Amino acid sequence: MSKSMTHLKELEAESIHIMREVVAEFERPVMLFSSGKDSSVMLHLALKAFYPGKVPFPFLHIDTTWDFKEVYAFRDQMVSKHGLNLLVHTNMDAIRAGVNPFDSGSVKYTHNMNLQGLLQALKKYKFDAAFGGARREEEKSRAKERIFSFRDRHYQWDPKNQRPEMWNIYNARINPGESIRVFPLSNWTELDIWQYIFQENIPLCPLYFAAPRPVVRRDPQLIYVNDHRYPLAPDEKPVVRHVRFRTLGCYPLTGAIESQADTLPKIIEEMLLFRQSERSGRAIDHDEQGSMEQKKREGYF
Amino acid sequence: MTAVETLLQNEDIHSYLERNQRKELLRFLTCGSVDDGKSTLIGRLLHDTKTIYEDQLAAVKRDSVRHGTTGGDVDLALLTDGLKAEREQGITIDVAYRFFSTAKRKFIIADTPGHEQYTRNMATGASTCQLAIILVDARHGVLPQTRRHSYICSLLGIQHLVVTINKMDLVNYSEARFNEIKNQYSEFASKLDIRDIHFIPISALKGDNIVESSPHMPWYKSGPLLNHLETVHIASDRNLTDFRLPVQLVLRPNLNFRGFAGSIASGRVRVGDEVMILPSSRKTRVKSIVTADGELKEAQCPMPVVLTLTDEVDISRGDILTDVENPPHFGHDFEANLVWLNEKPFDPEGAYLLKHGTRTTPVTLNILHGIDVNTLESKALDTLHLNEVARCEMSATTPLAFDPYKNNRSTGAFIVIDRQTSNTVACGMILDQDAQSGPTDPWAIVAGHESRARSKVTAMQRQDRLRQKPCTILLTGLTGSGKATIAFELEKRLFELGKLPVVLHGLDLRRQIASDLGFSADDRSENLRRIGGIARILNDNGMIAICAVLAPLASVRQRVKALLGADRYLEVYLSAPLEVCKSRDQAGIYKLAEAGKIKAFPGISSPYEVPESPDLTLATHEISVAESVDQIMTMLKTRGWIE
Repeated sequence: MSKSMTHLKELEAESIHIMREVVAEFERPVMLFSSGKDSSVMLHLALKAFYPGKVPFPFLHIDTTWDFKEVYAFRDQMVSKHGLNLLVHTNMDAIRAGVNPFDSGSVKYTHNMNLQGLLQALKKYKFDAAFGGARREEEKSRAKERIFSFRDRHYQWDPKNQRPEMWNIYNARINPGESIRVFPLSNWTELDIWQYIFQENIPLCPLYFAAPRPVVRRDPQLIYVNDHRYPLAPDEKPVVRHVRFRTLGCYPLTGAIESQADTLPKIIEEMLLFRQSERSGRAIDHDEQGSMEQKKREGYF
Repeated sequence: MTAVETLLQNEDIHSYLERNQRKELLRFLTCGSVDDGKSTLIGRLLHDTKTIYEDQLAAVKRDSVRHGTTGGDVDLALLTDGLKAEREQGITIDVAYRFFSTAKRKFIIADTPGHEQYTRNMATGASTCQLAIILVDARHGVLPQTRRHSYICSLLGIQHLVVTINKMDLVNYSEARFNEIKNQYSEFASKLDIRDIHFIPISALKGDNIVESSPHMPWYKSGPLLNHLETVHIASDRNLTDFRLPVQLVLRPNLNFRGFAGSIASGRVRVGDEVMILPSSRKTRVKSIVTADGELKEAQCPMPVVLTLTDEVDISRGDILTDVENPPHFGHDFEANLVWLNEKPFDPEGAYLLKHGTRTTPVTLNILHGIDVNTLESKALDTLHLNEVARCEMSATTPLAFDPYKNNRSTGAFIVIDRQTSNTVACGMILDQDAQSGPTDPWAIVAGHESRARSKVTAMQRQDRLRQKPCTILLTGLTGSGKATIAFELEKRLFELGKLPVVLHGLDLRRQIASDLGFSADDRSENLRRIGGIARILNDNGMIAICAVLAPLASVRQRVKALLGADRYLEVYLSAPLEVCKSRDQAGIYKLAEAGKIKAFPGISSPYEVPESPDLTLATHEISVAESVDQIMTMLKTRGWIE
């Protein structure tokens, strides 16, 4: 047996170790599942970590009701294929109050549907540890994030009071009501994720692959008109273009890119050539300066 | 054209992916402050390996004009400067992680900001790293912080150091300067426990010897930094001999399967191997190595596996499966180097937990001595504050299976958790329990194994009883400067106040415990060491020590200070001129010295090094004994040692 391991095997080993620690030390863990590529990798690692057993925790989808229909289909497919325990939560208060991605503004919309929805679910099910797919490379403010990220009784992140993390020894002690967010993919880069998906042949939501889809231009974005709810100008007609998505969010807020990449190698090739930060496709981050930091303090992932 | 574009022209994506699957991972740490060019170096590595996205680079170009320090050129330091603003807001950043990748390896940089919490941050960053880059400014050479950084790397078991001599452009790319610093560093580094040290002259700002060999330093032939990072041999760093597997979980998916899940902490395991379970000491054999990718015949560190065993044995989380031939130590007690990570200092009355591998147990700890991270010397330490390092005796309620950290970074490491706050307050590296070779330095405080019994009276109880804070007052000065006179007057004054002082008079001690010593520099140093040792015992037992001793050498006084602890040490220099001292000499010692009958007499035939920054200077030829004592008393009150 060779002495050295590949970088992907090392990253995989680290992630599995983290997941097993959480299961051993926490009473009610949950894994966030958005059907995105990072979620798909997390799911894959969880299946490996507890093999030949089943994944011993539920998966949680915070459903804004505005996900792409392909996302719902993919989610349900994964649930039945792996026999997952899936929990779906929607912030019904916000829906009743008329919050929607068109009129509310992306800040208010995301705050209500994603953040409040998440906090409601964590409270409802009394989860003490929640796995998220965030990576340190993704964004400046994530570079210093710990793998076990502590949240107080109000799910708030106190950046001044995070515990030092040494080796792979994680301090899992919390007081009643407190919780942690766990980031098993902390040390993966976007390229690692793609390379691993390729290597392990991990199923992906079809939106990542280019296909002819009806789109409208909402500068600077191309929006995929995913269902009849999308408001169009009186004589506006969606145009069919060859597009795909680099990240998945709520469809009215997630920009598509024009692309011919319909296979994994082509996607990776395009990704290598397309040097733009990963989250630039999502509208939510542009609205506020330093918005990620603020959202984390409030309890976002 | 970017590297990727070039690459994709020459190679199709499939072979690119194929090749990428064979990369290794190297985690490294960068040590240095902003002034050393650390941010610039990291920015340069990210930039020159095309890790930066176009939009990030555009933002940095914009900012360079506004805030940069490079006169409009792209200021690469700004790439990692997200942390600066956060630091100003008081956000704790112990480590920020950066990522880049080349055709040969993926790299993770642990970037530790260089402010006051440096020891803690560096220890955190170093704990997961295999290699450290130590930045030295070519203009300044090896500084105390260079030593500190190197020592922490050594303490945390880093095996590869790259000493980058930066800002070579500011010293005319001088080979002589490079060699000078290299020699300076090598001399100091012989004290460290690091086997691989590599030196590279660079300019992070100009890009010299970072990715490409520098045209300005043709005399340097060992290749640029990136080449070294890509090729340094790391495959043997892991301990692949001693099999250890701390059990994380017991998996029982059905009645027929009982597997033990965990990451292999060190060594390898094969199907059929005999293994021992600790703490039960039961032996059995490996029946299968189960993974989602199929059963394996063999697995090695750090792979996460599930083992099934041939016998039905009782195993739960926290147990360790180990080699039968080469088992770990097993017991409650061990010694370790601790780094204190929390603002709240160590509390001898506090309740602490230790997490080692997958086992968490209550623990008590006893400080043997502190370690000065700048000089590596031992020093007295009452308690442990943030960023302090100490050698400690640990006693765990549940016995642990452990190895010395230097042999095994997994089973030799632990964290300490405050039971009340649940915070991680310290990290520890277990020391070699079998090492009998004590330090050859007589000043070092040697840990005792023979007796674990210790005093049941705490320092606080003594302080309450005696109503005083223990401290040592060292009166130094020439013969005839008034040391003994002032010492006994001070003793009287303190005693009358209800305190319990003890005078250690150099000449008295020479009649007894130092009767074997002469007056050479070495013997004087040894004499002072003994006096310091006694003062320490007195202080540890709550008493005030007044040392009246010539103590001619600054370096030796410095060691006494370290031995006693700076926070309970007062150095008083009696500054009477030599002529005055001579005139007070009734015993005729100076005459004998001047006649050469006493050799190496300080002030006459050997140096008396005047203290550069004593806590107090008393001109005893100008003020009276009473006034001198008054001044010392005032100083003791200011320090809060007496009321």
